[in-house]
Amino acid sequence: MPPFLYLFLGALAIVSALGVVVQRNPIHSLLSLISTLLIIAIFFIGEDAVVVGFLQIIVYAGAIMVLFLFVIWLLNLQAEIGPTGHVVLKVFGSLAAAALATELFLFLSAPHLEVKMVREPSGYGSLASLAGKLFNEYLVAFEVTSVLLLAAVVGAVALARRIPDEVELGASDVRAATAMRAADAARRVQG
Amino acid sequence: MIPLTYMMSLSTIIFAIGVAGVIIRRNILVMYMSIELMLNAVNLAFIALGNRLGSMDGQVIAFFVMTVAAAEAAVGLAIIISTFRNRETVHADELTLMRW
Repeated sequence: MPPFLYLFLGALAIVSALGVVVQRNPIHSLLSLISTLLIIAIFFIGEDAVVVGFLQIIVYAGAIMVLFLFVIWLLNLQAEIGPTGHVVLKVFGSLAAAALATELFLFLSAPHLEVKMVREPSGYGSLASLAGKLFNEYLVAFEVTSVLLLAAVVGAVALARRIPDEVELGASDVRAATAMRAADAARRVQG
Repeated sequence: MIPLTYMMSLSTIIFAIGVAGVIIRRNILVMYMSIELMLNAVNLAFIALGNRLGSMDGQVIAFFVMTVAAAEAAVGLAIIISTFRNRETVHADELTLMRW
């Protein structure tokens, strides 16, 4: 990646990341976040992580952000009007973030972190090499991740489900439901 | 190739913006988006370092971070929806039931 492209995209990424924090309308925050994610995906591709970069576009900027969009629609969120928080909190938050950035920068630019440049093996970043790592060295983690995703799907459905309120049902409905449940139980005992 | 320090400083700045977003904003959804911002900053650092070391491990870990972020987003948004259904708000300061 040429240096001027890095500077341009880096500035764009920082501006759109700031946009996530300062916009009043959640939809605008979300659009800024999507643009940040797309720029980060370009950085991934520039760093020879082509597969992960495209996964970032498809899974992150595509799927997860659409989930956010649906939730914003579902909750009918409007732009916040008036003050959006305490001034003290804003000052403190900005100072804390700046201090954190400085500290991390000082730590990460220390000479002991200067890694030795290694020439990349051929096929670096390709789908084959990623899959080779994933299904050999990281097989257990991969399987655990699939269980995690299953648990997340079940958990999300269980959390977002509207539990039918028995109080709202008419008395006859409750009686019918009870009878049906009794019949069910009887059938199970017989079978 | 871009020097490692440049990539690390970009990652650091985006991470700090995410931290500031979680501290400053009171809208739960925007706080959540800031968390996603932090996860992506860390992914950027992983991939840049892995590239400099000539190792695929950074990319594999970034892949796992993305998977966990997807699971986290699904569960977190479900929590936000059920909270909104019960309390009619997404403002973090109004959710004080468990405050001591």
